[in-house]
Formats: sequence, structure tokens, C-alpha cells
Amino acid sequence: MKPAASPPTDPARRAGSGGALADNEKWLGRVMMAPAILYIAALVGLPLLLALYYSVSNVTVGSAGWPSYVGLSNFRHAFGNPTFIRAVWNTIFFAVVSMAIVMVLGTILALSLLKDFRGKWFVRLLILLPWVAPISLGTIGWLWMFDSVYSVINWTAQYFGIFGKRTWPVWLGQPTLAMASVITVQVWRLLPLATVILLGGLSSIPKDIQEAALVDGASVLRRYVQITEPLMRPIALVALLFGLIFSFTDMIVIYVLTRGGPFDTTQVLATLAFFTGIDGGDLGGGAAIALFLLPVLAACVILILRFARKTEVT
Amino acid sequence: MATVTVRQLEKRFGDVHAVDGIDLSIQEGEFLVLLGPSGCGKTTLLRMIAGLERQTRGDILIGGQVVNDLPPRARKIAMVFQSYALYPHMSVYDNIAFPLKAQGVEKRSIPERVERAAAMFGIERFLKRKPRELSGGERQRVALARAVVREPSLFLLDEPLSNLDAKLRTLARDELKQFQRRIGTTTIYVTHDQIEAMGLGDRIVVMSGGKVRQVGSPQEVYDEPEDTFVAGFLGSPPMNLLRGDNCTVGFRPERFLPLLAHESQEGLVPLWFRIDRVEDLGSARLLYGSLHDTFPNEKVIVSVPFTVHMDFTPGEVYEFAVKEKEIKFFDKETGRRTEPRPFWVRR
Repeated sequence: MKPAASPPTDPARRAGSGGALADNEKWLGRVMMAPAILYIAALVGLPLLLALYYSVSNVTVGSAGWPSYVGLSNFRHAFGNPTFIRAVWNTIFFAVVSMAIVMVLGTILALSLLKDFRGKWFVRLLILLPWVAPISLGTIGWLWMFDSVYSVINWTAQYFGIFGKRTWPVWLGQPTLAMASVITVQVWRLLPLATVILLGGLSSIPKDIQEAALVDGASVLRRYVQITEPLMRPIALVALLFGLIFSFTDMIVIYVLTRGGPFDTTQVLATLAFFTGIDGGDLGGGAAIALFLLPVLAACVILILRFARKTEVT
Repeated sequence: MATVTVRQLEKRFGDVHAVDGIDLSIQEGEFLVLLGPSGCGKTTLLRMIAGLERQTRGDILIGGQVVNDLPPRARKIAMVFQSYALYPHMSVYDNIAFPLKAQGVEKRSIPERVERAAAMFGIERFLKRKPRELSGGERQRVALARAVVREPSLFLLDEPLSNLDAKLRTLARDELKQFQRRIGTTTIYVTHDQIEAMGLGDRIVVMSGGKVRQVGSPQEVYDEPEDTFVAGFLGSPPMNLLRGDNCTVGFRPERFLPLLAHESQEGLVPLWFRIDRVEDLGSARLLYGSLHDTFPNEKVIVSVPFTVHMDFTPGEVYEFAVKEKEIKFFDKETGRRTEPRPFWVRR
């Protein structure tokens, strides 16, 4: 007869305290989540609360001590300011037009990258380059390309006889051209991400389904409209959502290229908030402008996510 | 309705010969099964006929017309995929109507034709549902309905039953066969399952390594295999292949029975069979052993039907027999059939 087995030892205790944590799913999960939650709380949550607080106070960059509560006067002031109203429309125009172009070009690029051809890797690399380059440096490159004197675009066009010497466009100095220029750069910058996301969506459509449509006799257009597009819509919405939020909230392209000019024709809410709050010193006013977009964006996100879930397919 | 002819068809993927020079001709209304292990080129052959894959060399004719350069939609074919490939975002109705709309069929006639196709497979109840709300068997019917709705001249089926569970598969096989008989459309069916092939095919094409090994009726390929590959691929358990000094000898496990269990003693070749192990499968018993004095080193499997009430003891030697004409001879080098070379002593 063998001796009776000793009572099973607690594996966690045997492995020491480190092992105890690794075996405890409840705590391990919390510990691993903690850095991310702390990070978001410190860099997103806290500034958001601070902005909410500032927007109802009379704080300035020079304020000492606690600022006083002024109710909604910062918001009233902003709404009464024609530059603010203009910035709201500019923001919407900038974001919507940029994303419309990005989605169309991104879909075309993704569809062509799905096919096999020689040098595909090189084209992929070229398309991804704007995304890996630092945005501010890339935008400074564009600043030179749009420069009123050194613009490589103008010089090249003049060489080929497209522009005459006195008829050079001033890319960043004429209202319509300035908006077109910042949109061009925004498209250049967001296109890689959108293309990669759309390409992912396209490749996730089973090959069988495409082939079934081919055998069923569908034309190229019908295959795209009735099969490809509906099946990649959830993913396309993700790309759209990301791009819209980037365009609504980001200021770097406009800050580097035009600083909102000429005559506020490219002024968007993000730049206006920065100029009012930081450059102008009116922290309360800047916070109110920045917060204006929060409910709009939140509604946007909820709507798109709900729509994405509805069109999701198994 | 159409005939299909394939001439010297070849498909290379880089250095791999997926399909290596195949000649076939399929008659009008025939149910032809392409059978072979995975990687034998049967699916590639089907995809070339469908126009989803371009051949490296050779010709494909459908209804007498060379279709080498025609896209799939110009070939008047319908295909059912292994995964069914239903359009997941469309209702069953829209799935079935899709080929009609794609081909510009007159709008007013679409609902009636969809309903007729759905009725053919008993799926009228599901027309409003999405594919994900259906079971595997129901999805398979939708795929078939979508294939028949535009009355193609050729059906291509790529392992359409392999995603069904075993019970459903037998049922679906029967339905498929009856349905094909009824509408009489030429059908090419790809499978690796020999039972499906035997049950469905008017003729079976056994393939391996991109080549056709044998074409014939199920009985022909089963009873008269042309080489050791076909002999070893068909049947469960497959043909016993015993390598002798000058040729390979083959016979089917269920044709080698105890001497006394044979109905007539005429033309029998009696052999001593030493039993190592007995497996009772209910409907039959499998005996594992060897031919005691003729091929002592080669394994032999025997399938004895439950109607034979004999006791078998492992380790004992029994007198078994097989009809002389049931013994097949294959060349030792090439594996092809050769003339009989009796190894037994005539009594």
C-alpha cells in the first residue's frame, strides 16, 4: 500500500507571491489594465475636467490663485464672435471635404492594392510613407511647396508654360486656394491610414463570395456596389470615424501652413481655441471654444458606431 | 444542357503542375464526379472549367464552343462552393435573385422564378431570413437554389456536402441525385469522399498528382481498377495489395471469405489465412492477418459480413477463398494492371 497522498498544496503559495498574482485572473487583469487607465486619466481625463472648469471661469494665463466662476459667459462671448461662427463652418467644411476625398481615393487605392502586380511592395511603401513621416516635418515640406516665392509647384508649372510669370497662384494667400491647400495636405496625411484600414476590410471579404458573384454573372460595377461595398462598410465606417475625428480636432496642418489665414478663411475651432487660449492668454475663452465640439463629436461617434454594428455581418 | 470537353488541359502554379495534361469529355446530362485526395488538382480543374482560373495550356469546350477566353459569366454555368459563398448581407430571397438581376432578367419574372427555385428545395419559409440565421443544411439548399434559378447549362459543385454532418450528408446526397435526375443538367462534382463519388456519379474520374488515373462507372473503377492508386483509394477498407516477386496482387476485403461461406465452390482460389486480430463493427467483422503460406509478410484485411456466423480466434489459421476473377494483378514497377500471373497451385 502506498501512503495516503499529502493534501494538495495551493499552487499559488508554492510559486511564491509573484506566482500568486500570475494565477489570479481577477487581479492580474486589473494590474495589467492599470497603466493604460492611469495614462488615460492623467492625459485625457484630467485635462478634460480642467477644460470644463476653465470654460466657466475667468482664468487667464496670468491668473494667480483660484479664478472665479463666470457661468456661461465664455460660451455666450464665443457665439457672439463672427470669427467663431466662421471657424465652426470652416471646421465642418475642412473635415467633411477632406474625408470625402480620403474615402474615395482610399477605396480606389485599396482596390488596386488588392490585385497582384509587379512592384506592389514599392507602391505600398510609397503610400505608407506620409504616415510614418512626422506630421509637422511633412507639413513644413508642404509649406515650402506652397511658398509664394520658392514653390516648386509654381516653378515647375511655369517651366511647362502652365502659369505665366505674373499669374502665379499664391497657394496659401488666396482664400479659396488656402482652403484647398490645407485640405490637400490633410488628405495626403490621412490617406495612408484610411487605405490600410480599407485594405484590411477588403481582404476580409471571403474570396469565395467574390467568385460566386463572378460566376453569377455580375459586372464589375454590380460586384462593387452590391457585394464589396456593403461587406466592407463596417470597416469603412471605422476609417471614416477615425479620419473625421482627426480632422475635427487636429490643428497641426493649419497651424503650420496658414495659421488660420488669410482673413480667417482657414480658421478652424482647434486653431481658434489655441490662438484664443494660449496665444491670446484667455484660457477660459479658449476652453469654451475647444469644448464646443465635444457633444458634436460624441454624437458623431455614437451614431457611427451604432450604424456600424447594424451593418455588421457574420 | 451542354457537353463539356477538356483537351490537353494544363495548369502550372510556378513549378507545380496542379493539372497535368487532362483529356475528358462529359456527355449531355451526365453526372460526372472528380474524385481524388486533396491536392490532386480536381478543384483546379473545376475552377478552370468555371473560368475562375486561366489554364496554362489546353482547351475547354462547353456545348462545343471553345470558352478559353470567356469570363465566367459568359459560360452559362452555375457553381456551388464548398463554403456555399452566400452573400451574408442579403436575405435568402436576394441571394437567389442575385444571378437573375445580374443577368438582366426581366424584372417582373424574378419573384416567380425565385419562388419556384426555393420551392424546389423546400426553403420558401426562409426567404426573408439572412444566411446567418440558417443551419448548414438550409444554407446548402439556398446555395443550390441560387445555382438552379437561372437554369444554367452546366452545374459545377465543389464539395458541397463536406460542411454537413454525417447524417445530413447521406440525406442531402440522395436529394442531390434525385434533383439532378429531374432537371437533367450536366453536372461536374468534385469530392474527396469515395462514398459520395460512388453514390452520385454516372461516371467517376479518379485523379492523382494532376493526372487522370481512371475514368469509368462507379462499378468499373471499383471492380476493375486500372492501377494500384485507384485500387488503394477506393473502398473502405481499400483493396488488399500484396507485393509478390514479379507482380502486385490485389483483391477486395469483402470478396475474400471463408471457403464454406461462398455460395458456389466453382472458380475459387482457396488460401490459408492466419488471423491476428478481430474487429467487430456490427454490420461486419474486420479480420486482420496474413496469407499464411503465400504472402506471409504482407498485411491482409478481410471484411466478413454479419451473415457469416463463424467464430474466429486470433492466432489460428483458417481456409479462406476468393474467386479467381476477383484477383487483380498489377505491374510491380508501374502499378498498372497486367495479365494474370497465378501464384497459387490449382486444385
